[in-house]
Amino acid sequence: MKTLVHLLQTLEETSATHQKKEAIVLYLSSVNEIERLHTIALFCQRTPKRPVKIALFKQWIAEYLALPLWLIEECHHTVGDLSETISLLVSSETTEITTSLPDILQHLYELPGKPLEEIKSTIIYYWTHLDSYSCFVFNKLLSGNFRVGVSQNLIAQAIAVYTQQDVGKIHSALMGNWSPITHTWSELFHFTDHKVGSQPYPFYLAYPLEDTTLVTNNTDDWSAEYKWDGIRLQMVHRGQQTYLWSRGEELITDRFPEIVAAFQALPDGIVLDGELVVWDEQRTCSFPYLQKRIQRKNVTEKILTSYPAYVMVYDILEYQTKDCRSLPYVERRAILNTLLSSYPQERILLSKAYSFSNMESLNQLQLDAVQAGAEGLMIKRNQSEYQYGRKRGDWWKWKKEPFTVDAVLIYAMQGSGRRAGWYTDYTFAVWNGDQLVPFAKAYSGLSDSEIKELDAWIKKNTLEKFGPVRSVPAHHVFEIAFEGIALSSRHKSGIAVRFPRILRWRKDKPLNEANTLDDLNAMLSNGLS
Amino acid sequence: MGALLELTSKGIYCPPADLYLDPWRPVERAVITHAHSDHARWGMKQYIATPITVDLMHKRLGKNIQTQRISYKETFFHNGVQFSLHPAGHVPGSAQIRVEYKGEVWVFTGDFKIEPDAVSDPFESVPCHSMITECTFGLPIYRWPKSSTILHSIAQWHEQNKAQNLTTVLVGYSLGKAQRLLAGLSALGIPLRVHSTIADLNESIPTLRPYTSFIREWTKDTPNEVFKNDILIVPPAAADRTTLEKRLGPVKIGYCSGWMQLRGYKNRTTNIDKGFVLSDHADWNGLLQAIKQSGAQNIYTTHGYSSTFAQWLSENGWKAQPLQTEFISAETDVMVDE
Ligand SMILES: [Zn+2]
Ligand SMILES: [Zn+2]
Repeated sequence: MKTLVHLLQTLEETSATHQKKEAIVLYLSSVNEIERLHTIALFCQRTPKRPVKIALFKQWIAEYLALPLWLIEECHHTVGDLSETISLLVSSETTEITTSLPDILQHLYELPGKPLEEIKSTIIYYWTHLDSYSCFVFNKLLSGNFRVGVSQNLIAQAIAVYTQQDVGKIHSALMGNWSPITHTWSELFHFTDHKVGSQPYPFYLAYPLEDTTLVTNNTDDWSAEYKWDGIRLQMVHRGQQTYLWSRGEELITDRFPEIVAAFQALPDGIVLDGELVVWDEQRTCSFPYLQKRIQRKNVTEKILTSYPAYVMVYDILEYQTKDCRSLPYVERRAILNTLLSSYPQERILLSKAYSFSNMESLNQLQLDAVQAGAEGLMIKRNQSEYQYGRKRGDWWKWKKEPFTVDAVLIYAMQGSGRRAGWYTDYTFAVWNGDQLVPFAKAYSGLSDSEIKELDAWIKKNTLEKFGPVRSVPAHHVFEIAFEGIALSSRHKSGIAVRFPRILRWRKDKPLNEANTLDDLNAMLSNGLS
Repeated sequence: MGALLELTSKGIYCPPADLYLDPWRPVERAVITHAHSDHARWGMKQYIATPITVDLMHKRLGKNIQTQRISYKETFFHNGVQFSLHPAGHVPGSAQIRVEYKGEVWVFTGDFKIEPDAVSDPFESVPCHSMITECTFGLPIYRWPKSSTILHSIAQWHEQNKAQNLTTVLVGYSLGKAQRLLAGLSALGIPLRVHSTIADLNESIPTLRPYTSFIREWTKDTPNEVFKNDILIVPPAAADRTTLEKRLGPVKIGYCSGWMQLRGYKNRTTNIDKGFVLSDHADWNGLLQAIKQSGAQNIYTTHGYSSTFAQWLSENGWKAQPLQTEFISAETDVMVDE
């Protein structure tokens, strides 16, 4: 009891938070495990059940001191706090009780249900054998009203310092269902899941955002990242070893030696979260390429150059061997930024975080994301911890489903750069009656072999040449995706689409089943843009 | 009230003698219990008090006031009424006023304290029929710890502060509390510095002389280094942290008062680091002891919890009633003393 009383006095006399924390840490290291947990329970308002009604206390005091009840009331009125009033009225000059705090609390836990006379004599015994401050503290325990101006947050921080563990974990442990009767200190605060070796953390997954006002109403609280179209990857780099975990918690380290190699340059004791992507020739992220890459069991030199893998990193879960998941997102991002700019690696890239100010800028970001080969956006709360599992509220994924139409290839043009000499830029058309009206140009979305196959077909089936452009017979149908649709006087179709790209070559689709201009006009008038 | 002493708008009045006790309005003749400002006020034609109180009044009210020095237990008469002054143990020079006329004895305690200290003549019980008693701390929640215990905890706190390179500052009333601290702490071997207000009053207090080698005045020229070991004692008016820290660097401020027994009062007193329960008044038991020993049957209560205290006395065999005096409950208001 004495040590706790001393701690409380110290806390009362210090105002600086860091000094309070130091005092608590010092206390934790000077008492045994049982008392430690009891005290933490008190600080977290987990006090024993009040054994009797408080009104009885005043009666007992009046009786014991042979004073009228009205005078006791008058004293209570003057002091304001009954625990203090009692301590001022009956406590002894020095403490004559050496009982430990846990024993006193044990005694209190056992009091409810005992005969009233026994409860009374026990309580009066404590009152009259404790010094004034100890008596005050005892009454706080007794009345289940143990408020000492120390937040649970500060307690968690002190325990974290004392146990040298992550404050986030302490927090969750404190919030759980426990009492000093049902749990031991070690059960609560010695985390056996201390990550070692290759062990990954559980992934935190986003929830689809249905109502965008959730994030546009207070845009300052949020950041957006591109939602890359690849494989979710957790990169564990400990003890000079790198382990790549897929979301299914499957080790896929061997599949991506270039990533593992890149990690050799990074400091030890880090765990990163990101998306593994494969870039196409345009250096945009390509899911079909990624699929090709994964299908190959043997990672040959050729595969490495044709389907180069990159990680777009967006979070850090462990830094300098310490679990940092309870830090706010913005702080984790800051660490990540510093880390990746201090150790720049071509294959380990920072997936940028963007701020946005309204729905328009969010839409623009979405468009930029799609253009960069991403599916859409991740929208994350700046203060969010890295949680686990799929949770609503802090992490959202948002993608606008693109418009898709089936369209007919009518023109082709040679590409440039690496694709020079190949017909890679295409013009697509939709039906207007029995006429094909061009409405979109697209040059991405096909794999190399598809391009090669189509190139050969174009060269063999050219109808006319207009400079670098060739017209071809209506024959091949492709599924085209685009982000927006609008009226346009500059296009023959009267319609302009934003960011069209090829989704698939629909060899299965008959020519006459391609979409019509009426279909596009319907999309337009449905206000889908 | 009775015929011998009565309450008037100017203060407690003795009609047959035509003089007042601690009046709060200007009168011809006043007998003064002690030099605290709510008892020794401006504007009396003549002040009658103990020699120490007279000296202190000259310091506080000016050289030109007309005074009469009366030693403890010396009797003097006015219109056949017999007066004498008896130690009250409150502050140096403090007295209870005994009034006797036609076999009837009254005592006005002024402010008093039962526990003896090193600088004031200790309280003496004076038998009487009627008693006007203060009851600044007239509730059973006021139970003073021994002052030796408090002085030791001050010394201990000072050691802690020294270890953290912090200067210890104690706040107490310049008359009474300050001298008790000076005597008590120098007896523990602690070197002390005092604010000029206190140093000035100290000259009039002969009981402090044995301790003077430990006590030095804090002046403009005092180098800050000396405060590594010294405790500085200042009156409430000089206890401003910002001003103190400007001169001394980081300080710890301790406040010495009976009110420090209440956490609420301590927490409301801004800018202090620690409260020490050290009072110049009697606590609940002290008040009862004084009343019982005097044998008085009629009790009039002033200061503080006068109604509550009178009520309790009435329920317990005394004839008691509260008096609406204009004494400020000393120690309640930090400005009282200055
Ligand atoms: Zn006084
Ligand atoms: Zn007074």
